[in-house]
Amino acid sequence: MDLFLQQTLDGLATGAIYASLALAVVMIYQAIDHFNFAQGEMAMFSTFIAWQLIAWGMPYWAAFLICLAFSFIGGMLIERVIFAPIHDAPVLSHIVIFIALTLIFNALAGFVWDFTIKEFPSPFPDKLPFESTLIGPHEFGVVGITLVMLGLIYVFFRFTPVGLAMRAAAANPVSAALVGISVKRMLGLGWGLAAVVGAVAGMMIAPKVYLEPNMMLGILLYGFAGAVVGGLTSPGGAVVGGFLMGVLENLAGTYIIGSELKLTFALVVIVAVLLFKPAGLFGRVVVMRV
Amino acid sequence: MALLEVSNLVASYGPIRALHGISFSLEEGGVTTILGANGAGKTSTLRAICGMVKTEGSVHFDGQDISSRPTEAIVRRGVAHVPEGRGTFTRVTTEENLLLGSYSRRDKKAVQSDMEQVYGYFPRLKERRNQQAGTLSGGEQQMLAVGRALMLRPKLMLLDEPSFGLAPLIVEELFAILRRINEDEKVTMLLVEQNATLALDLADHAYLLETGNVVIAGTADEIAADETVRRSYLGY
Ligand SMILES: Nc1ncnc2c1ncn2[C@@H]1O[C@H](COP(=O)(O)OP(=O)(O)O)[C@@H](O)[C@H]1O
Ligand SMILES: [Mg+2]
Repeated sequence: MDLFLQQTLDGLATGAIYASLALAVVMIYQAIDHFNFAQGEMAMFSTFIAWQLIAWGMPYWAAFLICLAFSFIGGMLIERVIFAPIHDAPVLSHIVIFIALTLIFNALAGFVWDFTIKEFPSPFPDKLPFESTLIGPHEFGVVGITLVMLGLIYVFFRFTPVGLAMRAAAANPVSAALVGISVKRMLGLGWGLAAVVGAVAGMMIAPKVYLEPNMMLGILLYGFAGAVVGGLTSPGGAVVGGFLMGVLENLAGTYIIGSELKLTFALVVIVAVLLFKPAGLFGRVVVMRV
Repeated sequence: MALLEVSNLVASYGPIRALHGISFSLEEGGVTTILGANGAGKTSTLRAICGMVKTEGSVHFDGQDISSRPTEAIVRRGVAHVPEGRGTFTRVTTEENLLLGSYSRRDKKAVQSDMEQVYGYFPRLKERRNQQAGTLSGGEQQMLAVGRALMLRPKLMLLDEPSFGLAPLIVEELFAILRRINEDEKVTMLLVEQNATLALDLADHAYLLETGNVVIAGTADEIAADETVRRSYLGY
């Protein structure tokens, strides 16, 4: 029983990372109808920035905040410079650009910081404030930070005028322009926010997997799985899906398949959901726009 | 001086031309209607005014050239467009739709009282304020579209076939409210309609559009008395 609880709680901690990535992916998907395959590499690159600042002697939380600011601006720039000009281009062009971005970030990180693995610090104390053998202090902190971030994002989208405008621009760009919303600006803001969410995920997972340019490959796959499970049209669903994938991954790894098949497991989940319940657990059925 | 001055306006969708250089102007405070059959270019005219299609020619609003401005900038100057199909933000509430209408307003303090004013014109919207807007009836969504436009406190309101698909009683109610809005709020209106009887009743000036050209212009009474208009559009 203890093993089960332990694996579940530990799964929630990695699930928090998947949930963040799933949310980032869904935010962009809702705005531009495409999967951002580069979300993971963007997060990895952000994490390297934080690592560099810390290596230069900056305190952790200062580096954390500067990294978020950098990610926000970087995300907006990627939208403005790369995606705004190809906005109406066919799906294939988008996919090519996403793959190119992935490769570029990967190569650039390798070029600047080389491909050797690096230790990335955890900002959380070594001991939990209470006795527990079920969850580690870092895992506990990750879940906490993620929940705070998700809460802030929820409040932003649900209760602020700009959040409302962003939802309106994503759902109905024509009407949004007709009430004076700059859809372009909202898109840029969306990319910036998604990059910030990804950066937090990167900095939270890095202490567990070590930092290197390929760090996010498997993790992004689980993030995608979370997004698909939750339903691509539902940010809340994506978050639940992400947590669910974290727990399932751990339980399946412990009791069924062992850790070698973990990536296969994510793929199987993605394919199964797309085949049998394409709208995911919480999504609406979307009629394809032709 | 005219509030809106359009000259030699051309609108095109890719290679297709929908307007072939039309000119007209709107008196401040008045209601002008553009009549025409399906496909004549009425919607395209409204879209061209607020920069939603590719255009040539000039559009002056309130003395300034707005022809190359992005849509949201034109809206912020006080042009509210009640679009074809009503443009409802279906997944948010009625009240959030109205809030979105006030998005570009600077005087945020007045928004609450303006919302009450909209509810005054459309009590049905108040009853449905927390309902998801996509679940409203067609008539309610049309009222919501007008309400959303009002929340901008516009100088000019563009209305694209507001009677379309509505039951006669609802249409009558809606047009009575439009008249009140024009008189009480001093909102200038450009009304596009296939229902010519209705439109000529509300409007003081009218233009007739045929395949992207203005063919007749005049006061609403003159147009209503015109032989061709009567036969082709009023049906008597
Ligand atoms: N999105 C579009 N793409 C291509 N052609 C269009 C589009 N919208 C309208 N048109 C064409 O422009 C012309 C005018 O259409 P429209 O302005 O919608 O007329 P109306 O509103 O008077 O019915 C029509 O010939 C129509 O086929
Ligand atoms: Mg039309």
